[in-house]
Amino acid sequence: MVTLTFPTWMEPYRALATGKVSREQWQALMRQLLWPVLGIGLFLLLWQFAAQRIDTSLGQFPGPAQVWEQAGNLVSEHQQSREREVAFYERQEKYITARLEQQPDWEPVTRDYTGAPTFFDQIGTSLITVMSGFLLASMIAIPLGIVIGLSSTVHAAVNPLVQLFKPVSPLAWLPLVTMVVSAVYVSDDPMVSKSFLTSMFTVTLCCLWPTLMNTAVGVTSVSQDLTNVSRVLRLNALSHVRKIVLPSALPMMFTGLRLSLGIAWMVLIAAEMLAQNPGLGKFVWDEFQNGSSQSLGRIMVAVIVIGLIGFLLDRLMLMLQRALVWDKSSVQR
Amino acid sequence: MMKGFKKTVCGVLAAMTLGLSATSVAEDAVGWPEKADLKFGFIKLTDMAPLAIAYEKGYFEEEGLFVTLEAQANWKVLLDRVIDGQLDGAHMLAGQPLGATIGYGTEAHIITAFSMDLNGNGITVSNSVWEEMKKHIPSKDGKPVHPIKADTLKPVVEQYKAAGKSFKMGMVFPVSTHNYELRYWLAAGGLNPGYYAPHKGDTSGQLQADVLLSVTPPPQMPATLEAGTIHGYCVGEPWNQQAVFKGIGVPVITDYEIWKNNPEKVFGVSKGWAEEYPNTHIRVVKAMIRAAKWLDENNNANRPEAVKILSRPNYVGADYDVIANSMTGTFEYEKGDKRGIPDFNVFFRHNATYPYYSDAIWYLTQMRRWGQISESKPDSWYMDIAKKVYRPDIYTQAAKSLIAEGKMSADEFPDFASEDGFKPPQSEFIDNVTYDGRKPNEYLSKFPIGLKDGDTL
Repeated sequence: MVTLTFPTWMEPYRALATGKVSREQWQALMRQLLWPVLGIGLFLLLWQFAAQRIDTSLGQFPGPAQVWEQAGNLVSEHQQSREREVAFYERQEKYITARLEQQPDWEPVTRDYTGAPTFFDQIGTSLITVMSGFLLASMIAIPLGIVIGLSSTVHAAVNPLVQLFKPVSPLAWLPLVTMVVSAVYVSDDPMVSKSFLTSMFTVTLCCLWPTLMNTAVGVTSVSQDLTNVSRVLRLNALSHVRKIVLPSALPMMFTGLRLSLGIAWMVLIAAEMLAQNPGLGKFVWDEFQNGSSQSLGRIMVAVIVIGLIGFLLDRLMLMLQRALVWDKSSVQR
Repeated sequence: MMKGFKKTVCGVLAAMTLGLSATSVAEDAVGWPEKADLKFGFIKLTDMAPLAIAYEKGYFEEEGLFVTLEAQANWKVLLDRVIDGQLDGAHMLAGQPLGATIGYGTEAHIITAFSMDLNGNGITVSNSVWEEMKKHIPSKDGKPVHPIKADTLKPVVEQYKAAGKSFKMGMVFPVSTHNYELRYWLAAGGLNPGYYAPHKGDTSGQLQADVLLSVTPPPQMPATLEAGTIHGYCVGEPWNQQAVFKGIGVPVITDYEIWKNNPEKVFGVSKGWAEEYPNTHIRVVKAMIRAAKWLDENNNANRPEAVKILSRPNYVGADYDVIANSMTGTFEYEKGDKRGIPDFNVFFRHNATYPYYSDAIWYLTQMRRWGQISESKPDSWYMDIAKKVYRPDIYTQAAKSLIAEGKMSADEFPDFASEDGFKPPQSEFIDNVTYDGRKPNEYLSKFPIGLKDGDTL
């Protein structure tokens, strides 16, 4: 079922490379390249202009130049941290050898680097958390959505709950999730940290609903003809779902998944800020607390990176959808 | 039983083979740490310095501890995380372990074996309040005479009252040093900062108040003052100097002038944790004693380096210049009025790191004075709570081990054989009242404003 097509948007570039560009392709190039560049340029100018006029108690609002500079600082801080990490492990090896001499029966344990996570470490943490939360949500929402779509009885039973929980803000869940995780997840040598679980479950609770609803709607709207075909062929329930329901419902399911992933990413940043769980949200909050003359610039870097990652996650789902869905015309922007 | 014995023997052997003086080692050696991966929390304030230095200078690692330091959003989150075990320990307000243990706010048995610093706070008022106050402050050589008492604020508060407005000030936490210092200063100037009545469910602390105090997180103080929500605040550094740099407000007094060398932050752990990991705890305290010593060594010679470390984004993160002002022994009051206060931040000298019972009892007296402890208690109660929370015994083990290893000398510590945990009666308060930790109820009776023995609201 998997087909990968050469993206049409790349055609004009191929033409440009070979020197044969048609009128339509020029127009396509303008649309894809010139206008976006102009748009971004105009935005940067406006930003610079506005930034100069906003004075905060932490100094002037950062313009594009300061943000670029802070991005550079964050990269170099990351590199320095990696160097310190190497030194840390070297020191630790010495400690282990020294201790083994004094205590030969000791089983050496190598500890993870204890330095503060850098901006890039925080990005990694956030990505892992958001994907875990999202996958867990999908694992619950897709099967449940199919069942709800297929059975009007289950739909009637579950629908009120869905309607009730769907509009709940992630921040309302957070205290409950935090307390429950603290109470239930008790272990002397935990596999994953409590803060990771708290963030993840909050994300799951909030991004469950769009996938669930859209899957259910997609399943309900399978055309009557196809259902009849399934009846005629006497497909058993499992084959019916696999051969008839899933392919028809996929476009709707993906709409739900993309919505869910978008929500997941937004919820995660908010949850990390509020609960001080590691990740980009904590980075932003820490910088806000620092109140240094560089803080706002660094927060702005984070804002842009959060946006970019959100965009890339969305594209990723779109690619997945293109690859999996048979009806290519159903794939929207 | 056998396992514990083996551990002790190993520890002793370890210390001996480390090449230490073999004579006194046996009793002073600390066994291997039971837990080597530790996570400590802190709030972005300059007085978290001993933690940062113990990490950066490798003192934790020398004790075989692999410590992660993590900034926390506010004092409540920090305390909750220590209680539920996400943090092994934390930089705490001295009132926090006491408040938690007696069950004011969140109830949990928290102990401390290490006092992190003395002094370090200031009280700032907005520019307009300062203009009014200035009229009542005598000046010498064109500069206001310090210390400035709250008597000079009283007419301003009365103006507000006459105009039907309330005078509001900010502090950082109900059981914070800042709350008690601000209240002390106001009351010494004849202003009632208000009472708490937890038995009636009133935890706002504004009953019968002339000045309404409320909680604002430290980093938000300057912005809240600028917005006009509060007219002044009491907070730690760098948030007083920040107000001066930004021209938002004027620090009128430091806590050093309210009570010379007052205890400020402590290092708190939960009692359960301390019982489970005794060797680890002693080793943590050892590393922090060394860090505190480093911070004060050679007349603050290391302070510029410390400021550089603290200004990193993962610690305090504020600009070097802002942190340096108070950390290197000066304090800027009104813009341009920079005065030397070498003891603004004390980390080691004057036995700053030793957990004195009398310090704990002072906090308890203030909790009682303002109604957080709603019923009067006998003197013995104060002593019992102080002994439950403050643990000089653990400190002493850590210090003795450092002395045995030759890293510190005995004259740098109180004389442990005779030390009973009580500082001699102190009288260097702004209102000249003498505090004797052995007589808390008598002390409370000396204040014109505040609850005394037998009073209830």
